[in-house]
Amino acid sequence: MVRPRRDAEAAGAGQARGAGGPGPAGGAHLPALGRRAALLGLSAALALPQARVAFAQAPGDARLVVVLLRGGMDGLHAVQPYGDAAFAGLRGPLALPQPGQEGGLLDLGGHFGLHPRLAALHAMFGAGEATIVHAVAGHWRTRSHFDAQDLLESGADQRLSSGWLNRALAAIPARQGAQPAGLSVGTDMPLLMRGATPVGNFAPRGSATPPPDLFARVAELNAADPVTGPAIAEGLRVRGYATGTLGEDAAIRPAQGGAFRALALAAGRLLSQPDGPRVAAFELSGWDTHAQQANRLNAPLSQLDEGLAALKESLGTHWRRTAVLVVTEFGRTVRVNGTAGTDHGTGGVAFLVGGAVAGGRVAGTWPGLAEAQLFQGRDLAPTSDLRSLAKGLLRDHLRLPGPAVARAFPGSEAVAPQGGLVRV
Amino acid sequence: MQPATVIAAARFGFGRRPQDPEPADPRAWLAGQVAAPAPAPALPEGHPATLREIFALQAEDNETMRAGQGRPHQQRIWRAEAAAHLALAATEEAGFRERLVHFWANHFTVGRQKVPYTVGHFIRDAIRPHVTGRFEAMLLAVIRHPAMLAYLDNATSIGPDSRAGQRSGRGLNENLAREILELHTVTPAAGYTQADVGALARIITGWSFAPQREPFGFLFRPAAHEPGEKRLLGRTFPEGEAGGVEALAFLARHPATQRHLATKLARHFVADTPPPIAVRRIEAALRDSGGDLGAAARALVALPEAWDPPLSKLRPPTDYVLAVLRALAAPPAVAERAVGTLQYLGQPVWNARAPIGWPDAAAEWASPEAMLRRVEWANGLAARGAERDAAGLAEAVLGPLARPETLRAAARAGSAREALTLVVTSPEFHRR
Repeated sequence: MVRPRRDAEAAGAGQARGAGGPGPAGGAHLPALGRRAALLGLSAALALPQARVAFAQAPGDARLVVVLLRGGMDGLHAVQPYGDAAFAGLRGPLALPQPGQEGGLLDLGGHFGLHPRLAALHAMFGAGEATIVHAVAGHWRTRSHFDAQDLLESGADQRLSSGWLNRALAAIPARQGAQPAGLSVGTDMPLLMRGATPVGNFAPRGSATPPPDLFARVAELNAADPVTGPAIAEGLRVRGYATGTLGEDAAIRPAQGGAFRALALAAGRLLSQPDGPRVAAFELSGWDTHAQQANRLNAPLSQLDEGLAALKESLGTHWRRTAVLVVTEFGRTVRVNGTAGTDHGTGGVAFLVGGAVAGGRVAGTWPGLAEAQLFQGRDLAPTSDLRSLAKGLLRDHLRLPGPAVARAFPGSEAVAPQGGLVRV
Repeated sequence: MQPATVIAAARFGFGRRPQDPEPADPRAWLAGQVAAPAPAPALPEGHPATLREIFALQAEDNETMRAGQGRPHQQRIWRAEAAAHLALAATEEAGFRERLVHFWANHFTVGRQKVPYTVGHFIRDAIRPHVTGRFEAMLLAVIRHPAMLAYLDNATSIGPDSRAGQRSGRGLNENLAREILELHTVTPAAGYTQADVGALARIITGWSFAPQREPFGFLFRPAAHEPGEKRLLGRTFPEGEAGGVEALAFLARHPATQRHLATKLARHFVADTPPPIAVRRIEAALRDSGGDLGAAARALVALPEAWDPPLSKLRPPTDYVLAVLRALAAPPAVAERAVGTLQYLGQPVWNARAPIGWPDAAAEWASPEAMLRRVEWANGLAARGAERDAAGLAEAVLGPLARPETLRAAARAGSAREALTLVVTSPEFHRR
C-alpha cells in the first residue's frame, strides 16, 4: 500500500496556525487543534516506516472472520442428512431431492447434502476449504432468540457486557502504527465485539460528508462525553483509514448483490491491508423461518453464499491464511410445524471456511433422528459445543496463549479446544 | 427558563420547538397530556384508512404481481403511514402521548418487512387508542390484530386435533404464543416451560383473520381450534375463543407482567439501569390501578429520579431525528422524508429485526458509524435554517441544559449552518 509520508506534528502545527490559534481544549493535554488532527487519523503512527517491520514480527498473519446468523438458521435445511433413514419422513416437503436429481442437494460425501443455494460453499468444500459441523449447539438450552444470542456473543453462562471475541482480541499485541486488530463491519457493533479492547467499526457508504474541519469540531465538542466522545472519534479514525485504503470504492453500494455481500467485500479488503485489522465480525439476519421455510430460506442462503464468495475474492492471497466461522444461536425443530416452517430448536450447523481450514469434511458426531435420539423429543440433539470450535480457532489459528483463550470463554474449563480445525 | 421545562419536553417528549411556550408547572403539563384525547396522524387524501380498504388494495397488488407488474400499493401504504406517524411526533406540542405510542409500538413490535400493508393500521388501531388505557385491553387488541396474527404466524396455526387439523394434517405454529409469554407479558422470570408455550399456542389456535370477506379483520375459526381444556401456568382455560381472551387477561394481570412493564417503562423514561425504587413505584401504580397505563404514565412523571439533570439517556435515532426536526422547526414535508433518514441512521421505521423490538440502552446506539451519520444528516438539515440564530436556538430548546462549551463552539463557528450543526450534535442534544 502506498501512503504519503507525513510529519504529523508539522501538519498539526500548520493547521493550528491556519485556523487562527487554538481555543479552550476542554481540559485535555493536547492543544485543541493538535487533538483535532489526531482525531482525524492524521497521527504519525499510520505513516511510520517501521510499521511494516513491526507487522512482520507480529505473532501471525492469520485472519479470523466471525459471521453471526441471527434468527436461528435451520441446520437441517442448510445441510440435509439425506442418508438418515428418518429424515425424509420427519421433514416431508422440506426434504430436497437427493444429490444428482433435478434441484437436488449438493453432495457432501454420501450422507449429508448441502442446499443448492450454497454452491460457492460447496466448491470450497470440494477444495478442502470448508468444514461443516453438524449437531452443534452453544452452551445454553434456551429457545429464546434474545437470550441465546446474548450468550452466543458473551461466551459465558450469563450475559456479560463484553463479547468473547473482544476479550480474545485483548491478547493480540498492538502493532505499532497499525489498525486495531479487531473490526466490526456494519452500522451496528454486535455484543460479540464490544468490550474493553478497542475495535474498529466501518460501514460501506455512499454519501457526501460535512467538511473535515466541522467534523473535527463536533468530535472536540463531544470529546469529554463517555458515550458520544469515543464513538465519534473512533468513527472518524476508521473512516480516514478506510477511505485511504479503499479509495472511491468506500462507496460500495449495498444494492450490488445485497448488503451482506458489501459487508463481506469491505471486510475482505480491509483485512488484506498489511497494517489493517486481523479479525472481523459481521452479521446476516433473516433465518427465523416459522412459516413457508422452503421459500423464505432461499434468499438468506444465497446472500450467505455470495458473501462467502466475495470474502474469498476480496481477501486474495490472504484467503490462504483465513478462517471464517459462521454461527447461529440455535437450530430448529426436527419436525415441520403446522405452517410449513420450523420452530426454535437446539442442535444446528456451524460452517468453518477459509484457505487455512483443514476442510472437506463434515465434522461432529451424528446423533441420529430416531424418536429416542432427539433432544426432548423435538430437536436435533447437540453433540458438539460451539465454544470448542471457537477455542480451537483462538488457540491453533490465532495462536493465542491458553490463559487468553480461557478469558474469552470463562467457566469453560471442561470444554477442550477442538484440534485439527486449521492447517498448521 | 427552568431546567424542568426542558426535561419535561426532552425526557417525556421529543424535545422542545423554539416557539413552544414555557408551561408554568411542567409536571402538571405532562399529567394533562395523559388525560387529553389522542391525536390522530394526518393521512393523505384517499389513503386506505380501514382494514377493508387496505386488504382490497393488497388483493389488487396480488393481481398485478401475478401479471408481473409488481406491487404498486405496498410501499405507498406503509410509507404514508410511517410519514404521518413521524410528522405527528415532529409537530405536536404535547409530546408525552406520542412517546408513549412509540414505546408501546416497540413493546409490541411487528415488522413491516412481513406485514407492510397492515403495520400502520396496527399502530393506529391497536396501539394509539390504548396507551393511557388498560394494558389488558391493549394486549387483546394487539393479539387480535391481523398484523400481529400474520407477523408471528398465528393466523395459519392449526390445532392438530381440530377438524381442520385432522382433515389437512397441518398443525401448530408456536411463534406468537412464545413471544406473548417471553416478550409481551410475563417473561421467563415467570418460570414457564415448553409445555406452557405449547398450551398457549393451542389456546389461541383459530385466532385468525379474514382479509377478503366480513369481518375484514379478526376472525375466530372454530374449525382450526384445538378442542379441550388447556393448562397454562397452573391455570385451566376452557376450549373456544373465550379461553384465549381469559388467558390473555390472566397474563396481562400477572405480577411478573407488571414487573416487566414497570422495568421497561423506567428504563425507557429514566435510565438504562433504572433505580429499583423507580421500578417499584411504577409496578405499584400498575398493581393498584388494575393495569391502568395512564396511572403508570402519571407515576413516571411523579418519579423524583426522572427530573434530575443532566439527562442520561442517549436518544436513539428516531428520537434524535425528531428532536432535531423540532429544534430546527422543519416543515412537515421534511418530517415526512425522515422515513428515509431513519433507514440511513440505523433505525428504519417499524422494521426492528426481531419481535423483541429496538434496544433501549446507549451502548446499542452509540456505534461509531451511526454517530457519524447523525452528524452528516444534521448538517444537511441545518443548511435549510441558515438564517437562524444558533445561540437563541440553544437557549430556546436546551435552556439551562446547554453547556458553555457548546455555546462557545457555536459562537465561534464559521457559519450559521455550522453553528446549528454544532448545537444539535452536542452531547447534551444527544440526550433525553
